[in-house]
Amino acid sequence: MEGIGKTISEKVLSRASGKPDASAGDIVLAEIDLLMLHEITGPLAIRAFEEMGFERVWDPSKVVVVFDHNVPPSDISSASMMREMRSFVRAKGLTNFFEIGRGGIAHQLLAEKGMSAPGRLIIGADSHTCTAGGLGAFGVGVGSTEAAAVLGTGKLWLRVPETYRVIVRNRLIEPSSPKDLILEIIGEIGMEGAIYKAVEYCGEGIRSMSLDGRLTLANMSIEMSAKTGIVEPDEKVAYYIRERTGEDVELVRSDEDAVFEETFEFDASKTEPLVAVPPRIDDVKPARELGGVEIDQAFLGSCTNGRLEDLRAAARILKSNRVNPRVRMIVTPASMEVYREAMKEGLLDIFARAGAIICCPSCGPCLGMSQGVLGPEEVCVSSTNRNFVGRMGHRSSKVYLASPATVAASAITGRITDPRDIE
Amino acid sequence: MKVLTGKVTKLPDNVNTDDIIPARYLSSMDLDAMTEHAFEDYDASLKEKVREGGIIVAGKNFGCGSSREHAVIVLKKAGLKAVIAESFARIFFRNSINQGLLALQLEGSSEPIKDGDSVKIDLERFIVENETRSSIHRLRPIPPFLLSILNEGGLVPYLKKRRGWGIEA
Repeated sequence: MEGIGKTISEKVLSRASGKPDASAGDIVLAEIDLLMLHEITGPLAIRAFEEMGFERVWDPSKVVVVFDHNVPPSDISSASMMREMRSFVRAKGLTNFFEIGRGGIAHQLLAEKGMSAPGRLIIGADSHTCTAGGLGAFGVGVGSTEAAAVLGTGKLWLRVPETYRVIVRNRLIEPSSPKDLILEIIGEIGMEGAIYKAVEYCGEGIRSMSLDGRLTLANMSIEMSAKTGIVEPDEKVAYYIRERTGEDVELVRSDEDAVFEETFEFDASKTEPLVAVPPRIDDVKPARELGGVEIDQAFLGSCTNGRLEDLRAAARILKSNRVNPRVRMIVTPASMEVYREAMKEGLLDIFARAGAIICCPSCGPCLGMSQGVLGPEEVCVSSTNRNFVGRMGHRSSKVYLASPATVAASAITGRITDPRDIE
Repeated sequence: MKVLTGKVTKLPDNVNTDDIIPARYLSSMDLDAMTEHAFEDYDASLKEKVREGGIIVAGKNFGCGSSREHAVIVLKKAGLKAVIAESFARIFFRNSINQGLLALQLEGSSEPIKDGDSVKIDLERFIVENETRSSIHRLRPIPPFLLSILNEGGLVPYLKKRRGWGIEA
């Protein structure tokens, strides 16, 4: 493949493996720039690390440990797993540990700390590690044993993926949001449609999009089974990272003559408020077609949509409205930073006045662990990323995935509602 | 481990890791207790079937969703010897190899292999022989490097033995 342009994935994995010609299909042994562990997958990784016979962590400054799935711990077992993680952090001198109250959801933290930077190779023991691609990084989820291997060696084998290119023409028109756009994309490509591929997002609809929105796009790339999703980075990203780290970053983008396996085009100006109907992420319908679906719970939060822009979009709709008496609404900011900003802007007050409960930064009820688990037959409209059977609780409960604006609008009416239909 | 026989538990496309082990059981390091909850929401009878038959044959995108390696661990503890699928979600595939669980990609459709069929997996020729229906299906060969991880019993013993990756790749 000499003399042919490279995709972002090929550039990142060429650099990380020291093989300048690494191209799609090659298997490389890559040096990892950053490893993330949380309290669910971390303890298994620590045990595997010890069983492998490693003593030292390859680079204590390159490991991020976060508690986000069940915080503060709701039971003794969760507390014990966190305790095990803390003692590993201390014993190995890990310098990027985010204690409860000083962090938030891992993927959001990596962005806020300027760690998810263009061209970086980030491995996380969590499937939504692809969120890092919102800022141009190559983020890949792995299991606990491979996380342990990275802890010990700083390296991991990776297959250089082929790339799907998603070109987004024009701009989104509010209240349509990046969440609606990614649901539209997944609806088109399908829940297994991008299996093993990297998905690159570019075009005017992307350039005009906030960084919060780009993180939402990258985040949900895994839901079409992609290896990762990468938003073509621009000056907005460079500015954000400079502001947070003082460092200048190189904007790693695909070459004009890079080889893309397939190209998809979307027109963001035509994107409507959409909903993914359970139990399939790619069963995507306009919110207006689902007005008959009554809800019990509305959830705003998660690594997909718990950022400041998401809270703002929901607050705009809830400002002069109240949550329906039949519905409980749960708001979970993605991080302490988002929480504080939302407090300063008065967003939390809007939610509380409207009758929503505000929970601490965490994954919340997204995966049915805590803070809003669903009972039998209950229905939730949720800004999260998965609507699998039993995802948020009982196996007969249902999760409809939607944008923050649609979640807020639905919370008001008590049934799935297009935000354009609320005044 | 050149030939493996068993009875098929047939599963459709897109069986996800929440189906295999719901997240509410992940706040624990007691993996034996966790195994009791395998497939609990999806179909509680599957666990016993897998224990008896030892082989899952599935459609596309098997193991999609979360990175939880617990999904592979509980399947193995439940008695699964091999999982054959039209395609695998990548993290699940890697987790399987790393736990020493045979994950084999079928060339073509899984449709001709039915629930309860007796099959023989030949790892030298990378074929699966359906003894019930006298048909033969091709499997995609596993790259030698991954095979060496599998042959060691997973990534922990592999790395322990070599004190590193032992490849240049």
